[in-house]
Amino acid sequence: MPEIPGSSSPRGTSGRIEISRDEVAHLADLARIDLSDAELEHLAPQLSVILESVASIAEVAADEIPPTSHALPLTNVFRDDVVTPGLTAEQALAMAPASEGQRFSVPRILGEEA
Amino acid sequence: MSTDTLLSFEESLEKFDPAMGLEVHVELNTNTKMFCGCPAVFGGEPNSQVCPTCLGLPGAMPVVNAKAVESAMRIGLALNCEIAEWCRFARKNYFYPDMPKNFQTSQYDEPIAFEGYLDVELEGGEIVRVEIERAHMEEDTGKSLHVGGATGRIHGADHSLVDYNRAGIPLIEIVTKPIMGSREKAPEVAKAYVAQLRELIVALGVSDARMDQGSIRADVNLSLAPVGTGSLGTRTETKNVNSLRSVERAVRYEMQRHAAILDGGGSILQETRHWHEDTGVTTSGRPKSDADDYRYFPEPDLVPVAPSREWVEELKGTLPELPREKRGRLQKEWGFSDLEMRDTVGAGALGLVEETIAAGASPQSARKWWLSELARRANDSGQEIADLGVTPADVAAVQALVDAGSLNDKLARQVFDGLIAGEGTPAEIVAARGLAIVSDDGALGAAVDKAIEANPDVADKIRDGKVAAAGALIGAVMKEMRGQADAGRVRELIIEKLT
Repeated sequence: MPEIPGSSSPRGTSGRIEISRDEVAHLADLARIDLSDAELEHLAPQLSVILESVASIAEVAADEIPPTSHALPLTNVFRDDVVTPGLTAEQALAMAPASEGQRFSVPRILGEEA
Repeated sequence: MSTDTLLSFEESLEKFDPAMGLEVHVELNTNTKMFCGCPAVFGGEPNSQVCPTCLGLPGAMPVVNAKAVESAMRIGLALNCEIAEWCRFARKNYFYPDMPKNFQTSQYDEPIAFEGYLDVELEGGEIVRVEIERAHMEEDTGKSLHVGGATGRIHGADHSLVDYNRAGIPLIEIVTKPIMGSREKAPEVAKAYVAQLRELIVALGVSDARMDQGSIRADVNLSLAPVGTGSLGTRTETKNVNSLRSVERAVRYEMQRHAAILDGGGSILQETRHWHEDTGVTTSGRPKSDADDYRYFPEPDLVPVAPSREWVEELKGTLPELPREKRGRLQKEWGFSDLEMRDTVGAGALGLVEETIAAGASPQSARKWWLSELARRANDSGQEIADLGVTPADVAAVQALVDAGSLNDKLARQVFDGLIAGEGTPAEIVAARGLAIVSDDGALGAAVDKAIEANPDVADKIRDGKVAAAGALIGAVMKEMRGQADAGRVRELIIEKLT
């Protein structure tokens, strides 16, 4: 059985956390967000500050405290396989900026070939 | 359309060893989606099976479908896997409109089932053990239509239209460990694995298991290494190979394509490839994202799944007889030869034959009708044998009429014509077409007299004791009575009259 992961932070528990301009550019690319050089310069230090703030949690977490992804000590919250009412197509599409043929219309997809 | 250079299959094997990894996605046949109560049925009007959760609207909260977890565990157990005592879902982040959430809820390093195997039987009876690395739970994506470009492809499209009915339908992804050492049998092993995995899924009853409708989809990873080194080369992943035959062809194609590149001193680009069913080639997709680029992290909106060992034991008790074991048992029960059994399975007629026997036909007659008669007709009309419109009960009824002496094989074939044409039940067709065998002495006697009169030489031979010559007269009577005479009674009448 795989071990319960997450026992160590890749960034360690202390010291400055830097997110580089290149890392921000890469993330922006993955998120399909077009950022200018000026924006990248501006965002990188800001994101570093956010990461540092979050990392301060690691300072209070002792070794005997297992990492968790949930605030509640619950497992196995399931529902029965029974259909429940959802939205009509009209309701769903009413929220779309554009639709066509009862489908959500989205801009041209770039950087993929399928 | 492809300009790929290929090495011959034989030459590629002289120089390289193939390694394969197969990823099979199984769409479960649950009533509802993985994380919400929307119907999970195929073929609804676009966007008619959606809700805030599967549309990824703010504030919507997913809840896991218990039945989907149960199906995942049953698949895992049938594949001899361990079942996790504790596992979580994870977000796989990517930006593509087929998932409105901008992530797919999947499992990452904590699959529900892991470390199993499937023993796969090849054509010649050889058994190959395919090791299973993991089977994990995830959700299907929406369906995109690309508008404005050529032939519905993204390239050159102007915009895309998305239907989210499929988004959120439970998927189980089953991943093998690298399959090495199959050499020239690699394409066959790949096909046999997917075919027998599919049979297992059918036996478990957890999916429609229709490759043509995408409820089972295979991705084929392939790499080559210099022969005898036992190492693993750079792989390509060929996506959405959607028929068994294509699995075999895609493996063969990628082996030959890799071999040509490597043999020419080049190197393989790690990428996804697209399989083209029509032309039988693969084309370049996108460079394979590093797992890091998906920025997987535990899904905060779902609590861990921790199946109790009692639940796991209970599910073990629900596993059906495995298809391969069942085939062995049936072959013994029916007294089929290996070849007869292979032909039956190969024609997709195993279940039909089984039901026909259950409906009262003898194993050999059930096999005869489905394989010699109906398989040929399905082949002629390009249909699946199960879609001919002839049921196992029909076949058993026809055979019962043959056994009772009311039909002979030739007339039975005409009953099948009627069944395929939708003319009713076998009894109705016999009546409507006037197919029943005539064994009434009055009608037969008249035809026999006529045949004797028309063939005096033959009649003389029989009078002289050459009873074997009766065949010619029987033939004449059959012809006169359009094949519907009771041949045994005709012979008796001829002999009575002439000796």
